[in-house]
Amino acid sequence: MITRITHTSVYVLNQDSAYDFYVNKLGFKVHTDVPMGKDARWLTVTPPEQPELEITLFLIIEGSMFDKETVQTMTSLIRKGTFGAAVFTCKDLLATYEELKSKGVVFKKPPTKEFYGYEALFLDDSGNWFSLAQINS
Amino acid sequence: MEQYEKIYLYKRIVSAKLFIDKFYADSIDLDDIADQANFSKFHFIRLFKSIYSLTPKNYLIHLRIEKAKELLREGHSVLATGLMVGLESPTSFAGMFKKITGQSPSHFQKSETTRKNEMNKYPLRFIPNCFAETHGWKE
Repeated sequence: MITRITHTSVYVLNQDSAYDFYVNKLGFKVHTDVPMGKDARWLTVTPPEQPELEITLFLIIEGSMFDKETVQTMTSLIRKGTFGAAVFTCKDLLATYEELKSKGVVFKKPPTKEFYGYEALFLDDSGNWFSLAQINS
Repeated sequence: MEQYEKIYLYKRIVSAKLFIDKFYADSIDLDDIADQANFSKFHFIRLFKSIYSLTPKNYLIHLRIEKAKELLREGHSVLATGLMVGLESPTSFAGMFKKITGQSPSHFQKSETTRKNEMNKYPLRFIPNCFAETHGWKE
């Protein structure tokens, strides 16, 4: 029986910029940050109130995992905003929206009423989009 | 019209929160922030708490302790860290830190330093093996 999720990945185009976005703009906490080789590092962050879930900021880089063609294809798709990576929740969407906007976060959709509460969509610095929701209690 | 008033209200509370985020290391007077946001102190505290689940004063304390954790991880002394986050009395800094984190600043720093050293020495112990193998990362 599967019980929990501990790691999930978001593919990013630049880890320094992703660090700035997820830590300084979204307010996530760095869990692990280890240099691995010349150009990459193992970088995971956690949502502020969910320290047990590590989100790996996974660099798209040519090497054992991705060949050159895959890197080009994935980079292009991520930049185009093809991938929706996750749904985040917050206690107060309007306040979070105003705060993130003031920090330069780009929203694809402003807070909108849905049957389950409110939802907005924002982009990370690479082009991945996320839902940000306030769920009715 | 009601919606616009609500948005305006939110902008003022969020900007007060961002003010605290920016000037947490200074001597912040929460009365001044409430005044600047054009709220009575009582109204400001009530609205702030309804959005962030903490009073502005408690939010400031928690923020200072979070920033202190970062500074301790970077190797700053306990005394210097307290001063750098706006808590001038070492005793009250240590007390607040322990109350919120459950451990003393020096104990926290020691365990974080141990973890950091281990991470640098044995990085693969901190990475699920499936990912390390896929990347071709080896000890």
